[in-house]
Amino acid sequence: MFSYYLRLAAISIRRHWGLSLIMITAIGLGIGTAMTTVTVNYMMSANPIPQKSEQLFYVQLDSWDINDPWDEGQNPPDQVTYTDASNLFKAGKAFRHSISAQAFAVIEPRDPDQLPITVNARANSADFFAMFNVPFIYGGAWSAQADINKELVAVISKETNNSLFGGNNSVGELIRIDGSLFKIVGVIDSWQPAPKYYDLTSGAFNDSEELFVPFSLIAEEKITRSGNTSCWKPSGDGMAAFLRSECVWIQFWVELRDEQEKQDYLTFLNGYVEQQKQLGRFQRPLDNRLSNVMQWLENQEVVADDAKMMMAMSFMFLIVCLLNTVGLLLAKFLGKAPEIGLRQALGASKATLFYQYLVESACIGLGGGLLGLVLAWLGLQSVAAMYGDYMKDLTSLDGTMVLLAMLLALGSTLIAGLYPTWRACHVQPSQQLKSQ
Amino acid sequence: MLESGLIIRALMRNKMGALLIALQIALTMTIMVNAIFMIQDRQGQMARDSGLNEQDTFYLTNTIFAQDYNPQVGLKTDLNAIRKTPGVVDAIQINAIPLSGGGWSSGLQTEAGEDKDGVNTAIYMVDDHAINTLELELLAGENFAPSDIDWRLPSQSAWPAKVMITRALATSLFPDNWQSALGKTVYISNNQPMQVIGIIKNLQAPWNGWSGVERSALVPFQMETRSGRYFIRTEPGRRDELMPLIENMLAKSDKGRIIRRLTTMEETREQSYRQHNATNKILMAVVSTLTLITAFGIVGLAIFSINRRTKQIGTRRALGATRWQVMRYFMVENFFISAVGIIIGCIGTVSLNYWLVNKFNMTPLGFELILLGVITLVIVGQLAVLYPASKAALISPATATRTV
Repeated sequence: MFSYYLRLAAISIRRHWGLSLIMITAIGLGIGTAMTTVTVNYMMSANPIPQKSEQLFYVQLDSWDINDPWDEGQNPPDQVTYTDASNLFKAGKAFRHSISAQAFAVIEPRDPDQLPITVNARANSADFFAMFNVPFIYGGAWSAQADINKELVAVISKETNNSLFGGNNSVGELIRIDGSLFKIVGVIDSWQPAPKYYDLTSGAFNDSEELFVPFSLIAEEKITRSGNTSCWKPSGDGMAAFLRSECVWIQFWVELRDEQEKQDYLTFLNGYVEQQKQLGRFQRPLDNRLSNVMQWLENQEVVADDAKMMMAMSFMFLIVCLLNTVGLLLAKFLGKAPEIGLRQALGASKATLFYQYLVESACIGLGGGLLGLVLAWLGLQSVAAMYGDYMKDLTSLDGTMVLLAMLLALGSTLIAGLYPTWRACHVQPSQQLKSQ
Repeated sequence: MLESGLIIRALMRNKMGALLIALQIALTMTIMVNAIFMIQDRQGQMARDSGLNEQDTFYLTNTIFAQDYNPQVGLKTDLNAIRKTPGVVDAIQINAIPLSGGGWSSGLQTEAGEDKDGVNTAIYMVDDHAINTLELELLAGENFAPSDIDWRLPSQSAWPAKVMITRALATSLFPDNWQSALGKTVYISNNQPMQVIGIIKNLQAPWNGWSGVERSALVPFQMETRSGRYFIRTEPGRRDELMPLIENMLAKSDKGRIIRRLTTMEETREQSYRQHNATNKILMAVVSTLTLITAFGIVGLAIFSINRRTKQIGTRRALGATRWQVMRYFMVENFFISAVGIIIGCIGTVSLNYWLVNKFNMTPLGFELILLGVITLVIVGQLAVLYPASKAALISPATATRTV
C-alpha cells in the first residue's frame, strides 16, 4: 500500500505543482534558516573537551577592590594575580594544575637571509599539555622540573615546525627567541579547541598558540607577556613590582578527579584566602569559584547574543513557514473533497485516507528538508564569508546537524499536515457525491 | 461598506484558512518590525563619527628583536624619516588604534582618593603631533608642547602632568558644563594629578561596543617599547602609494626589527563592524524572504478559495455584479484578514521587543516603525491578493449554469 500511496502523492504533487513548489520552498527556507542559526549556536556552545570537561576547573579568587568590585560584585575577576597563581602552584594541592598566560615572541631564523617570524606564544606550566589533551607529533611536554629550573625549553606548533624545519622532527633543535636559545622538546599536532576554552580572555574563537614555553620564564623576562591585564591599584615601576601587584593576567586551571577532590580543593582555596586576608589582601567577602569547562563557557557568555537572537528569530521564521504550509495543505486537501468522497463511497476507511495524506505531507516535508539542507549549507557558507575569521570554525554541517535538519523538516511537516489531513478525512461522502 | 457584513459572515463560516493567514501576517509583522529596528540600531552605531581622518591614514607595527637596540633613538629616527617623506602629512607613535578592539583604559576621577568614583576612558599615548596626524578638532584649550612629552618606560606607573580629553569625557567628568573641564585637575590611578589642557570634539575609543566609546584621553607619552605602532597620515589620495614605500624604508633602515601589520584605518573600520554588517545583511534577507513567503501564502489560499467559490462567483456575476465588485469582494476580505493579523502582530511586536530589551539590553522601539510595519503589510496583502482577485473577476456569468 505504501508504494501505492507514494504514487498517489507523486501524482497529486505534480498536478498541483505550483502549490507544492510553494510549500517545499517555504519549508526549505524555514529549515535552511533555522539550521543555519542552530548550527552556529551548536558550534559555539560545543563541549571542546568532552572526555574530561567535568574534571577541569577554572579558578577564580576575589582579590579585587573593596570600593569598586569586579563586575559590580557579581563575579570574581576572570583571571588571577601572579602572587596567587604562584602560591597555589607551589602548594600543589590539585591532581594537576596549569598556570598560563599569553605571550609574544620573535623567532630569529638560523639562516640570516630569512626574515624573523613573530608568533603568538603561551607561557605555561608542564601540566598544561596533559590537562588539555594536547596531541604531539614529535617529542612531548617538558618536565615539571624544567618549570622549576626555568629551563629554556619550547614546544612548537605543527605550523611553526613546518615553516622553521620543513615539517621534520625538530626535537632537540635550538631556536633563538628574543636573544636566548631555546631547545625544542615537542611538536604539537593540529590542535584548535573551539571554543578556545583554556583562555577566553582575548576571544573565544581565536587560534591556539604557535609556541609554548615555561611560565617561569616570564619573571626572568626571557619571554614577553601579552594578553589582557587588569589592575585596580597602581603597581609601581618595573617587572618585579608588576609581579607583586594586584593586577590579574593569569589563567589558573586545576584537574580534580572527583567530587571529593573538588570539595577538598575549595576548602584549601578558602583557607588560603583567609590566610591572605590576615596579610591585608582580599578585603571583599569570601567568593572563590571552581567552574568546570562548560560552566566556565556559560559564565563567560561564549555564545554571542547576536547568535542567540538570530536563532530565536529563525525559529519564528520557521513557524511562519509552517503556518504557510498548513494553510496550503488545507487548501490542497480540501480541493480534493470530491475525490475523497468518491473513494469513501467506494469503501476506503478514514484510517487509510489519513495514512495516504500523511504520506503526501511527508513527501513534501522530505522535499523541503532536502532543499533546507542545501540552503543551510549555502547559509553557513555566506555566514562564514560575511563574518570572516570570527566564524571560521563554526560553520560546518556535521552528521548530527544533517539528521536534525531532516527530522525537523519531516516532523514539522507531519505536524503541519495533521489538521488538513484530519479535515480532509471528515468530508461527507454524500454531500460530495450529490454535488457531482 | 455595504458588503462588509456579508464578507465577515462568509469568513466566519470558513475560519481556518483565514486564521492561518492572519497568524502568518501577525508573525511576519512581529519579526519584520523588530528586525528592521535592530538593523537601524546597528546602522546608527556604524554611522557614528570616529573623529579622526579615516581616508588618508594607515598604521603599522614595529617589532624590535635585536638585543642591542636603542628604542628611544630608534623611535626618533623613524618618526623623523616618516615625517620627512614627501606625501606624508604627519606621523606619531600611538599605543592603540580607534575601533581596532584592543587598547588601554583607565579611570579618571575629579577628586583624589582610593574610594572616589572614577569615569573610565580610553587612553591614547601620543606626542604633540597627534592632533595634526589624526586630524582632530580642538574645541578649547591648546595642544601639547614638545616639552610636555615624557618617555614611558615598560611597566612604568607614573603619569604625565597634562592631558587632553574628548568632549564626551569632559561631559561625564563635569556633567554641569563640559567647558568647565578646561584647566581643571583630574586624577588617574586614584591620586596622580593631570591637568586638562585641551578638549577635543570627537575621538572614539578602540571598543565600538562599549557604552563609553566616545570617551578618550590623550596622554603626552612616547613609549619605550619593543613592539610599537606608528600611525601615519598622507596627503589625500596618496595613502596606497605611500604604504609600501614607508614599509620598505623602515624595514631597510634597520635589520634588528620587523615591520608588520600594515593596515589602513578603512580596513580597521570594516573589520570592526564586520559582525554588524553581516548581521544586518542576514536580518534583511530574513525580512524579505519572510514577506515573500507570506505573500505567496496569501496568493495560494486566495486562489484556493476562489476555485471553491467559482460557481457562487458566476452566480453573482449572472445576477448583475460587475467585475470590479467581484474583485473588490476579495480585496476587502483580504483587508479584514490582514487587519486581524496586524492587530495580533502589534501585540507580538511589542512583546518580542520587550523580551529583546530585557534579554539583550536593547532600546525600546518607536511608534513610527510599528506604523510603517502596519502600512507595509496592508500593501503587501493587497498586492498579493490582486492577481487571484483579478482572476476571479474574469469568471464568466455562464459558470453559474454549469453543474461542475
